[in-house]
Amino acid sequence: MTTITTADNAADPVADAAAPPCPPSDPAALGLRENATFDRTTIAAIRRAALTGLYDIRGGGAKRKLPHFDDLLFLGASMSRYPLEGYRERCDTDVIIGQRFAQKPLHLKTPVTIAGMSFGSLSGPAKEALGRGASAVGTSTTTGDGGMTEEERGHSDTLVYQYLPSRYGMNPRHLRMADAIEVVLGQGAKPGGGGMLLGQKITDRVAGMRTLPVGIDQRSACRHPDWTGPDDLRIKILELREITDWEKPVYVKIGASRPYYDVALAIKAGADAIVLDGMQGGTAATQEVFIEHVGIPTLAAITQAVEALQEAGLHREVQLIVSGGVRSGADVAKALALGADAVSIGTAALIALGDNDPALEAEYRKIGSAAGYYDDWQAGQDPAGITTQDPELSRRLDPEVAGHRLANLLRVMTMEAQIIARACGKAHLLHLEPEDLVALTIEAAAMTRRPLAGTDWVPGLPGTGGAPGGNLGGPGAAPPLVGDQPVARL
Amino acid sequence: MTQPIEVRIEGHVGYYAAGMNEEATVEILGNAGVGVAENMMSGRVHVKGSASQSAGATAHGGLLVVDGNAAARCGISMKGVDIVVGGDVGHMSAFMAQAGRLVICGKAGDGLGDSIYEARLYVKGSVGQLGADCVEKPLRPEHLAELTALLAAAGRTDNPAEFRRYGSARQLYNFHVDNAFAY
Repeated sequence: MTTITTADNAADPVADAAAPPCPPSDPAALGLRENATFDRTTIAAIRRAALTGLYDIRGGGAKRKLPHFDDLLFLGASMSRYPLEGYRERCDTDVIIGQRFAQKPLHLKTPVTIAGMSFGSLSGPAKEALGRGASAVGTSTTTGDGGMTEEERGHSDTLVYQYLPSRYGMNPRHLRMADAIEVVLGQGAKPGGGGMLLGQKITDRVAGMRTLPVGIDQRSACRHPDWTGPDDLRIKILELREITDWEKPVYVKIGASRPYYDVALAIKAGADAIVLDGMQGGTAATQEVFIEHVGIPTLAAITQAVEALQEAGLHREVQLIVSGGVRSGADVAKALALGADAVSIGTAALIALGDNDPALEAEYRKIGSAAGYYDDWQAGQDPAGITTQDPELSRRLDPEVAGHRLANLLRVMTMEAQIIARACGKAHLLHLEPEDLVALTIEAAAMTRRPLAGTDWVPGLPGTGGAPGGNLGGPGAAPPLVGDQPVARL
Repeated sequence: MTQPIEVRIEGHVGYYAAGMNEEATVEILGNAGVGVAENMMSGRVHVKGSASQSAGATAHGGLLVVDGNAAARCGISMKGVDIVVGGDVGHMSAFMAQAGRLVICGKAGDGLGDSIYEARLYVKGSVGQLGADCVEKPLRPEHLAELTALLAAAGRTDNPAEFRRYGSARQLYNFHVDNAFAY
């Protein structure tokens, strides 16, 4: 959220009035009622647009409340399932990515990977820390727009090289130095959108890597410059394989909007793995209106993607890597149970490095934000030294210490997922299955095709649900009939 | 191709011929499909016929010569390559062109140089509607010298003085709300 007080509007009496008063401690007791349609956030957004003439650009993913992994629960083992002993009985976590066509698929020790984030949007020490943290636990990290840096290649045992529409910094030498290639079609924060790295983050080094002048806004295209559809993509992937001697796995990353069709087309184009990024997935700099209003939630996308893989007979052969709001081992386990093979974390990884650290509260206040709210990742003023190119701020981040924190988070997430998997009787995280899950909300049940907890009802699925007449109750209750055929309840 | 070898293709080629070329000299006696010499780093690619769309896309270096016409998006996002086209180029050529030189001995379609950065464009024939932030610029002696060298490198005999130069007005380099209707 961009603060609205600027030099241009400082003399504007309306702007002066914008200085936020402390809200009454109990507005309702004073007879005050906040408008649900025009709430304070909305009022601030309208005022900011009116005062500045600019739309808001920010980092991070969708902030609105969305159906998410929290709306699912695991059914732990009991009489009908046999649990595994916590901390004692084996529960493996490794995952192989890319064995469909690549001669050298990746073998990761944990299914929690680091999502693509660019040098430019992130500082050099931040990229190094991501590589250190990922390598410490045997997982992969990923480049972003702007090319490959020595910091991340040097400190990443397994590095995925993004191949983006802008092709900033793209060269065949780096393709060959990578361990896998990720063809990026879009990202969850902005499916259908390109990127923008604002001028204040364009230092000599960033500009040099991108072959552009210092200090100007650097737009990243929304479409690839030399292919326009899935048939072309198939040929592009062949070119990438040829130039890397058929060694590297080729991923295709899509922003979640029409995941069933996009995954089906990516499979047809020859992808070894699909990266599916939901709308909670972060961005370095995107318009607020794009982040909050384009794309679908991660939870809504996974099942459609899995169905496309299953219909192609390639589920678990073409790996599905899910990202967008993955925060904990529970999220990891739920994504895998729904059919993913791995996940990627971005925002959670930055928080582990030190983003939004409460210890920096005073500094966040100085730039018009607060710990826990800071999302001006585009501005280059990050007091944590992560989303900045300012040399002084960047130096604040110790890549060894931050990398250690990230490794800790990755270990915790992996162990949490193991705890859940063992409780479900699974000797490998990838043995988790949809049957282990129920939904807490009707929305989540419809999106994931899992029954609402305590019922056998899956909205939209014929043959599920309670007795005719809308009773959601009893397992085994007959679905309504039309003629001899059960029908959906929707 | 990563070595200074010479390749001669006696016929037409499909997609991405000589893509990401490094150091090789490639001669294509026929036509070329989509993305010829895309992301070329160095070397030389010479298409004796015509080229499909996105010729020389995102290329960082080297020289691409197309004796015939090049279709849409020739030189899109070019990052330092030199391109000489003997005939016409299609619409949206040099879109978001960052660096390098594009010489067009024929006509240029609509949207030439849309959102161009620092690439320099030379056109001998007519130009359709220029793209956003692309303007005609004076052809000074240093540009004539540069153009003369490029034409010579491509083996062409066109008169450099008959060309006009286009480049970025640099008005869209940093977002400003007053330019909202240019975006």
